[in-house]
Amino acid sequence: MNHVLRSLLISAAMMFAASSVQATIEAYEFEDKATEERFQQLTEELRCPKCQNNNIADSNSPIASDLRREVYRMLNQGASDDEVIDFMVTRYGEFVLYKPRVTEMTWILWYGPFVLLGIGGLVVLLISRHKRRPVSREVESGLDASERERLNQLLEQDKKR
Amino acid sequence: MRRIMLFVPLLIFIGLGYFLWRGLSIDPTELPSARLNQPFPAFELASLTEPSRMMTQDDLKGRPALVNIWATWCPTCKEEHAFLNQLAQQGVTIYGINYKDEPLKAREWLKRYLDPYAEVVLDKDGSLGIDLGVYGAPETYVIDAKGVIRYRHVGAVDAVVWKDLKAVMDQIEAEGAS
Repeated sequence: MNHVLRSLLISAAMMFAASSVQATIEAYEFEDKATEERFQQLTEELRCPKCQNNNIADSNSPIASDLRREVYRMLNQGASDDEVIDFMVTRYGEFVLYKPRVTEMTWILWYGPFVLLGIGGLVVLLISRHKRRPVSREVESGLDASERERLNQLLEQDKKR
Repeated sequence: MRRIMLFVPLLIFIGLGYFLWRGLSIDPTELPSARLNQPFPAFELASLTEPSRMMTQDDLKGRPALVNIWATWCPTCKEEHAFLNQLAQQGVTIYGINYKDEPLKAREWLKRYLDPYAEVVLDKDGSLGIDLGVYGAPETYVIDAKGVIRYRHVGAVDAVVWKDLKAVMDQIEAEGAS
């Protein structure tokens, strides 16, 4: 019995410890599930300008918290995802997007890998064709017709002996 | 044809090497300002020295000036403060934006370390900071007489940085004269 009580107490203590750690990132209340999901997605796709390898959902820097508040405010006012992204880009530049928009400048980023894949495939195709050709052809000895005839004669002579 | 093909790996290596070498000299923490050559964002915020007086972006117009984002919680701001005082003494107009700070502490700071600012805008919740694209104090902008942002520097202003800022301000002066 004592054992059970103790483990209960420990687990309760751990729960409180966990909640105090989480308190650094503020909790936002949403009217509906869809908005909450959009908030999650947007804050995960937006990069924190100060701590550059974090998105603003994960970072607890003051600027990230300000930007989360701003995203929350905009979503509550009925802004679309594009409006939120435009808001961020006009202030912090394309840099803040972890998922860059498809523009002329980012074509190489979006389509470059497929072009490289195509080039690679082409090279493989060319090489394999190149290799196959000499195999299917007759083995060349470098002799012309009269020389070949003589060679055959010599071989025949050999057999007769 | 065969011969040329042999050089392809070398060419790829040179291309790759160029990009990697360039990458070494690029500072990833230095972001291009999205606000460059755009008018200063609109705001309506109280003055730090007279909290009852509201200021707008129009109060920053009239002559080329520096706009300095600062706060008492920012150690680098303290570092550059003496230099800003020097600039103010030389007759450079500097506007301050007190960013996410406590007004009492900020006023105390200006009393203690002297006040280089022609005006200080109180941006307590950082909304003007977000509109400007500020991601860390201190930041210093050069604006022209019409309030258009011409240059942005992130980090402390010192003699070396001032050379760049001065060049932009001189250019603005030259434009105004012609």
